[in-house]
Amino acid sequence: MHIPDGYLSPSTCAALYAGSTPFWYTALRRMRRAVHTRMIPLISVFAAFSFIVMMFNLPLPGGTSGHALGVAIAAIVLGPWASILAISTALTVQAVFFADGGITALGANCFNIAITGSLSAWAVYRLIAGRAPIESPRRVMAAAIAGYTAINLGALLAAVEFGIQPRFFHDAAGTPLYAPYPLHIAIPAMMIGHLTIAGIAEMAITGGIVAWLQRSEPQLLKATAPAAPAGRYSTRPLWIGLAALMILSPLGVLAAGTAWGEWSPSFFASPPEGLKKLSAFWSAPMPGYAVPLFHSHHLGYLLSAMIGTGLIILLSLGFGLLTRRRASQ
Amino acid sequence: MRFLETTLRHLVKASDYAAMADRVASGQGWLQKIDPRAKIAGLAALLMVASASRQITPIAAVFLFACFLAWRSRILILKLARWVWTPVFLFTGIIALPAAFLSPGLRGAAFPVLRAEAAATLSALLVLTTPWPRILRALRWFRVPAVAVVILGMTCRYIFTILETALEMLESRKSRTVGILPPAEKRRLASASAGVLLSKSVALSSEVHLAMLSRGFRGDIRLMEDAK
Repeated sequence: MHIPDGYLSPSTCAALYAGSTPFWYTALRRMRRAVHTRMIPLISVFAAFSFIVMMFNLPLPGGTSGHALGVAIAAIVLGPWASILAISTALTVQAVFFADGGITALGANCFNIAITGSLSAWAVYRLIAGRAPIESPRRVMAAAIAGYTAINLGALLAAVEFGIQPRFFHDAAGTPLYAPYPLHIAIPAMMIGHLTIAGIAEMAITGGIVAWLQRSEPQLLKATAPAAPAGRYSTRPLWIGLAALMILSPLGVLAAGTAWGEWSPSFFASPPEGLKKLSAFWSAPMPGYAVPLFHSHHLGYLLSAMIGTGLIILLSLGFGLLTRRRASQ
Repeated sequence: MRFLETTLRHLVKASDYAAMADRVASGQGWLQKIDPRAKIAGLAALLMVASASRQITPIAAVFLFACFLAWRSRILILKLARWVWTPVFLFTGIIALPAAFLSPGLRGAAFPVLRAEAAATLSALLVLTTPWPRILRALRWFRVPAVAVVILGMTCRYIFTILETALEMLESRKSRTVGILPPAEKRRLASASAGVLLSKSVALSSEVHLAMLSRGFRGDIRLMEDAK
């Protein structure tokens, strides 16, 4: 995804340098205002961390492996503006020192990876994580999706930048002077690898780091989630929702008729032989959610919901106990 | 434990490259004797020629000239091939070579590959023949904002600190691991290693910040060459 020199025309490179400049300027101003003396060490060390994390090889399902960019985790821990500066710095060092990504294409790489990646990862993370507690599994899921979105948006932009080259920059004979593939080849060629291998690598590393931070360094996630309540993940809203659904369960009685495909043999004038035989195989203790001894259909529905939920909770607790015992052995 | 070995290999490779750059930069070649400002301006001009040319010949000429400069600056061509040309060719070749068999043809594939090789050789020449602090000082002369120069300088320094930490962490983990880990466990291990590294990096940034404050840093950047 690091575009090398020679794939984009000088005018595309100049346009993307120009496109990146306002973001760098805003990021610098915001960071100076927000962290003042802490900005330089924070950005420098985080850029160094991002550089090293890009070298981490991650085993993926299916026996393959991939590298992460670390842009989403930077946005989640530092916020989008600091992340823009840190990742841009890491990309600069990579281009100048290790020839990974071009110097002329540095503006494009910063625009695709550092700017688009940081802003999109931040937006997706905030949108999905919402006000969930720091230790909530929702934050892990939000981080994973943020990582996946960031890398794929960056890849899509790079593919579009590649794809427009042969249309605008070719010699008199029509030979492309820079990236040789048009959009209809560049986009699928770039996206297949990123939607699968690279995207999953970014997803796994971002989600994995956030899960690790939740357990070991939750304060690092608090800096960008000030509205998140402290303490352990609360299941209270889930219980309230469950209780509300149980109370509303008699509403099911209002529905007229039988659901399609859920007919009993009595529904048919002459029921099929197989249906007649198999329907008598098991007689439930509370058929049709009707509790014996209760004549009220509504009350029966409510009691059925309570009994059913209780049974599911008991089964889950039993299963949890069993797996915990196995794990401790 | 292939993923640990691959990650370790990448980290060692980066560390080796930096060590080689340091060694070559302190040598007595042509480019080592040139003022970094003139070197940046000259190499940037060549880079622009390679980047903007609409003919193969000038790009090839820039590439050959860069090879000549490397030879005169006592950079082993074999090392250049190993560290710069091969990775660039592997990366750009995968993208460009299929074009040789499609409608753009061999010429269409040669343009980006040759441009990328020429540009990578030029940037390698700068890094391999100039100590990093002198590059940063030259950037200031070109009016690159002081804050950007300071951040770049500190990033380079801390890359090697964090690189060493990562190497030690992964090596110690490798030495403690016996047998083959299941893939899910490997992923957990990679995430946990990255998480530990993140936590150490944040702690390091706090320590560096306190060290800067204790030396009188109040947010105003003053570089050595600014004071002269």
